[in-house]
Amino acid sequence: MNRKRQVADEPLVVEEGSAEPGSAPRRGFLAGIGAVAAAGLALVAPLWSGVRVALDPLGRSSGEADLIPVAKLAAIPDDGIPHKFRVVTDRVDAWNTHRQLPVGAVYLRRSGDSVEALNVVCPHAGCFVNVAADRSRFVCPCHKSSFDLSGAVNDPASPSPRDMDTLDVEIRGDDVWVRFQNFLPGRAEKEPVA
Amino acid sequence: MTPQPPPGDSALSIPRLLDWLDHRTGYRRLLRLALVESIPGGAKWRYVWGSTLTFAIVVQFITGIALWAAYSPNAQGAWESVYYIENVMAGGWMLRGIHHYMAHATMVLLVLHLMQVVVAGAYKAPREVNFWFGVALLHLVLGLLLTGYLLPWDQKGYWATKVTTSIASITPLIGPALQEVLVGGPDYGHLTLTRFFALHAGILPGALIALIAAHVYLFRRHGVTTGGLRAQMDGSGPGDAVEGEEGGDPDAAPTRVSTGQFWPDQALRDAVACLAVMAAVLYLVIRSGGAPLGAPADASEPFAAARPEWYFMFLFQWLKYFPAGTEIIGALVIPGVVVTLVALMPFAGKWRLGHRFNLGFTGAVLAGIGLLTLQAYIQDGADPDFVAAHEAAEADAARAAELAAGPDGIPPTGALTLLRNDPLTQGPRLFAERCASCHSYDGHDGLGGELAEAPTAADLAGFASREWLAGLLDPDRVATPEYFGGTAFARGRMVRMVQSRLAGLDDAGRADLAKVVKALSAEAALPHQAEADEAERAEIAEGAELLSAEGIGCTECHEWRGTVERSLGPVLTGFGSREWLEAFIRDASHPRFYGERNDRMPAFGPDEILSEVEIGLLVGWLRGGGVGGHSVTAEGLELVRHAAQP
Ligand code: FES
Repeated sequence: MNRKRQVADEPLVVEEGSAEPGSAPRRGFLAGIGAVAAAGLALVAPLWSGVRVALDPLGRSSGEADLIPVAKLAAIPDDGIPHKFRVVTDRVDAWNTHRQLPVGAVYLRRSGDSVEALNVVCPHAGCFVNVAADRSRFVCPCHKSSFDLSGAVNDPASPSPRDMDTLDVEIRGDDVWVRFQNFLPGRAEKEPVA
Repeated sequence: MTPQPPPGDSALSIPRLLDWLDHRTGYRRLLRLALVESIPGGAKWRYVWGSTLTFAIVVQFITGIALWAAYSPNAQGAWESVYYIENVMAGGWMLRGIHHYMAHATMVLLVLHLMQVVVAGAYKAPREVNFWFGVALLHLVLGLLLTGYLLPWDQKGYWATKVTTSIASITPLIGPALQEVLVGGPDYGHLTLTRFFALHAGILPGALIALIAAHVYLFRRHGVTTGGLRAQMDGSGPGDAVEGEEGGDPDAAPTRVSTGQFWPDQALRDAVACLAVMAAVLYLVIRSGGAPLGAPADASEPFAAARPEWYFMFLFQWLKYFPAGTEIIGALVIPGVVVTLVALMPFAGKWRLGHRFNLGFTGAVLAGIGLLTLQAYIQDGADPDFVAAHEAAEADAARAAELAAGPDGIPPTGALTLLRNDPLTQGPRLFAERCASCHSYDGHDGLGGELAEAPTAADLAGFASREWLAGLLDPDRVATPEYFGGTAFARGRMVRMVQSRLAGLDDAGRADLAKVVKALSAEAALPHQAEADEAERAEIAEGAELLSAEGIGCTECHEWRGTVERSLGPVLTGFGSREWLEAFIRDASHPRFYGERNDRMPAFGPDEILSEVEIGLLVGWLRGGGVGGHSVTAEGLELVRHAAQP
């Protein structure tokens, strides 16, 4: 044990010696640069790979949103009132692939044979918008944005920067297909989440 | 590590051992540096706040690491593991409770600490840098609170955090990228949890340790602030290994009037204060039996009770005042300006009235925050929709926990599967969406909401129970909106029969009718009526005979046990049973039910308005029982009833 300690102590003494006044300052400067450069270089790979992984989601686009069958036409009462339907589809969540998972919801509003679809997510900050109790409008339970039944902002005090997000609808036979997409919150334009 | 006995002395003793240790480590000097600190004016109670704050953070580390050892950050495991910690693991509720309430305590202590620093002018030279460290620490703690709120992956944390990440996305230029990196993709999922967890348990605590070390070191370098009549800055945390090297610091010397010592006078006060903080936290933990856990997060399930914890409520409320296009001002610009002004306090303090300005500014900001917080709670309290949503959230949370504790446990697909297959959870929702445009349920829409229009079909609360059937066969009630009042049957044969023939029954006839009711209701085999059905088998058997008795005569129009004179109404055999009810909902126009006399009841099955699973869930709920043979506990029923109350 004693020997070990001595061995550990020795280089320290040597180092102190090399830095003593009188040795070339230029050499010391270069050694300093060298130390910083070597240490920095040694950290490049771990930092680079760490940052790469942290930023990995940026490179991944979920691709174009597909049309998804959401409801039967007959299931939407022809009453001009928005009705809530779950969107159930396959979903890849990192390392898992889920079959038929509820991934969100839409409001479907039918008049005759035409159907309008709105994403339930509030364009302000992402809360789930409700139909008001009297079914005359939508109201967001968070910061009280108010929308008419077509999804348009109907109260200038609403914090929502845009109308509720409409989604493409296609009616194929008895089925209502919706292009289910989420959009970036908090901005006036409708920009799909990548 | 056995000490090497010095030559000539083989005796081992504790002092010798410590001497050896000190020789090898120099720990005594370190200890001295940590504990020997003169406190001008002597030890004081008002110096305890910094220590309590350090203590609170130490508690968070202890409990946090213990929680870490049981927590699983993934979308199908986070809620489940937290449920397991809270409800199954020995002492888990207390561990989570302490971590939860100590987080609240940390926030309170931080604000007190900050106020004390500002009041004492302890931000002034030479303490500017330490003040900035303090401000940075405040942000780290806020970050920890924010990231911690999502980790249980319950509805509350999920929806509240969505608001937060949405706000991150409006940051100019980098907003969308920032949101994506934070969330780990376009949608919330596994990676959102792994990232928030890495922030909560790794990055932020690491930064916190480094900053606290620097903060305490600088504090020891400068000593407590002695500001004449003013209150003074608090004492330091005891024994932080980080401090020490600069014990005999030159610029600290002038401020020190050696009149008291940290050890043991101030240390005792600090320790007592820490104990008091712990006692307060334990009181909260025991009073609430742990920390709250909502229902598991579900992107497809509305959550109208999305609110942050109280310490972020002011921001939540604040955002309401920024109409379209100005959100960025409220969410980023103004908070940024406030924080910058706080950080500039040391410079403002140099100005003649600077300290007063700083005091006024801090006071105004805190008052504003207090006011906004108060307003948020007052508005929510006065909003019946919020109150109902809050109660429904609590009922869902309790139901989720009840299902998780149920005989089947939690499947690998997560607790959401349980809720999605639970009639008591899904039934009312399906009813509200698909049935409540015509039917009511105990006068409401199934979820306790008001009906948009007057119901045009029967109220289905307690369908096929004795009470419900007794009402149906009551001449005074059959034609009310509760039963056939709103339908085409209001003037139909059934109503006429009840109002004429049954109204004319004498006492004996009415007693018979009561037995008929029991017999019919027994057909449904309702779980909550099982005891009564079992106890009154004789009467039920009698009633079954009386269905065709003269004066009652159901079998004139309804088939019963294969007999009917002329089938005009629904078959009564198996009335209200699961099979009967499912078939009825599938297609009420089937000859077994109303046939072509059906009035507006959609063919939910053939038209695929409801899936088979949904019909099963709806029927399970209407009959007050579970799917797949599990009957639901009375407690569970109570919960749903409670949730359904307006
Ligand atoms: S999230 Fe809807 S108003 Fe803020």
